[in-house]
Amino acid sequence: MAKITLDNLAHSYLPKPRSEDDFALKELNHDWADGEAYALLGASGCGKSTLLNIISGLLIPSQGRVLFDGVDVTTAPTADRNIAQVFQFPVVYDTMTVRENLAFPLKNRGMDTAEITRRVQKVASMIDMEDRLDRKARGLTADAKQKISLGRGMVREDVNALLFDEPLTVIDPHMKWELRTQLKKLHNDFGHTMIYVTHDQTEALTFADKVVVMYDGRVVQIGTPQELFERPAHTFVGYFIGSPGMNLFDAQIDGRTARVGDTSVDLGQSYTAQGKTQIGVRPEFIRLQSGGEGIPARIRRVEDVGRHKIVRLDVEGRPVSAIAGEGDTIPADIDHISFAPEGVNVYADDWRVEGRA
Amino acid sequence: MNKTVNQKAWFLVLPVLVLVAFSAVIPLMTVVNYSVQDTFGNNQFFWAGLSWFEDMLSSDRMWNALGRQLMFSAIILAIEVPLGIFVALNMPKGGFWASFCLVTMSLPLLIPWNVVGTIWQIFGRVDIGLLGYTLDAIGIDYNYTQDTLDAWVTVIVMDVWHWTSLVALLAYAGLRSIPDAYYQAAKIDQASRWAVFRYIELPKMAGVLMIAILLRFMDSFMIYTEPFVVTGGGPGNATTFLSIDLVKMALGQFDLGPAAAFSLMYFLVIMLISWVFYTVMTTLDAREGK
Repeated sequence: MAKITLDNLAHSYLPKPRSEDDFALKELNHDWADGEAYALLGASGCGKSTLLNIISGLLIPSQGRVLFDGVDVTTAPTADRNIAQVFQFPVVYDTMTVRENLAFPLKNRGMDTAEITRRVQKVASMIDMEDRLDRKARGLTADAKQKISLGRGMVREDVNALLFDEPLTVIDPHMKWELRTQLKKLHNDFGHTMIYVTHDQTEALTFADKVVVMYDGRVVQIGTPQELFERPAHTFVGYFIGSPGMNLFDAQIDGRTARVGDTSVDLGQSYTAQGKTQIGVRPEFIRLQSGGEGIPARIRRVEDVGRHKIVRLDVEGRPVSAIAGEGDTIPADIDHISFAPEGVNVYADDWRVEGRA
Repeated sequence: MNKTVNQKAWFLVLPVLVLVAFSAVIPLMTVVNYSVQDTFGNNQFFWAGLSWFEDMLSSDRMWNALGRQLMFSAIILAIEVPLGIFVALNMPKGGFWASFCLVTMSLPLLIPWNVVGTIWQIFGRVDIGLLGYTLDAIGIDYNYTQDTLDAWVTVIVMDVWHWTSLVALLAYAGLRSIPDAYYQAAKIDQASRWAVFRYIELPKMAGVLMIAILLRFMDSFMIYTEPFVVTGGGPGNATTFLSIDLVKMALGQFDLGPAAAFSLMYFLVIMLISWVFYTVMTTLDAREGK
């Protein structure tokens, strides 16, 4: 296991990148702490697979260095990095049995038979496939195959990191949950450094200790699920995480107050913000009112999703979502909304501005 | 399940039955007809029973032709299948050169068989052919019209030249269907080049390779035009394969009875081998499901 350091890393698929836009992965410095579980979250094409492939050595970055425990491995081939990777589509060696599949990486490294047998047995019990060891791998279900590819990584006990590239995409929904729980448990039990690429926020938030959110080739925020929820550092994080995402209002920021349209909103803290200024409020922090103070709004519809209700509103022609409790009745005469002060974040040019007391 | 019985439905099958009857069954039956009769001309036929079959089964001529035929098919399969796989493995994976290779390799497949025969007939001639003349000039005693081994080598090389592309193209299609993740996973598992071929590429190609082998076997087992144009079955009977022998018998000597018996047995052998192939392929498929 190792600490993985990305030093000044950037990558462009073009041979001679001219502007920053030519980079699929923009300059990045980050340490992946040893033994932690990270999720790399972002929409398709945001550079997360590029980053993963650079770490695994399938891609050589156009600038910067990758260090494993301080050792430069930027140009080292995949085999020398001692990492394991689970791909989007399960990769198993069809003609081999499950046992042979699990033993394959060890056999290629010339390990002695007794040790191989011991480790295969151990991994088989980890991934819960002891009863199917002597079956051919080809007829197994997608989730069983994905477990085998995971097992092939875990069987090398000294792997530096386990990388997952959207591993649950082809798995049935009910198996997804089970596999994710199993992954989480494996991480707790064995403490491998894990990096998990996904575009599914539920997967990212339930799996990882720290979530790395990427947007347009850039890491926009690294934080715990709670931080991402409460203090999104970038409007993209606010929009991408949460269901529905954060509401954004164009606002003029003036010290402790923000002006949204004709209404003043108390921010509780003092801010200085320049450029395109906005305030972001998660649907959970929007209160519905009839009459009185607040921003004028009109209810368009109410969606009952079971655990709670999503109220879709119209504020000066723009859609806004609010969340109300499952038991709440939504009066028809709601015509204003207001914000819970602790739920308001201020953004300047899409980046969050820290307030002062 | 209650099925409605409606005998009129048979009329729907009728057009197909008529078509197949005229295109296959009736012509085949005339051959069956010839195979059990004898004639001394004048369009007078006599019942001969199974005697032509017995004659044929005890005829060295047929057994020799069958032996040569099997040897020919075995040799060309043993060359073309590995060579085709090797070529496919070394073809560019994409871009201009991939298309270039595909088109170039398809060319031999598009040449009419007669022309292939003619090309090699001239190519191998000692007096004017590039190959024959060159070999002769550097001191190799090569003459496919007189030497049995030379004739065989020529016919086999011609077939390899003509048909390896087919195996290569099928194998290439099989290879291209393997997702990149397999190669990446193999890298991570530190698999050797041989292991990648043995455990990833070969299993993924198995399906198309079975088809390639079946096609090449069938075609080579029925080969006629090319060796006939090049060697005419000679020297002696050295390259007289089943089809060539059959034509000699039926049209050269006009031995209709024996030739008919011969063709029926020829047909049965091909059916039998194809059935074996089919069974093997389907059991392999079924085993995949377990």
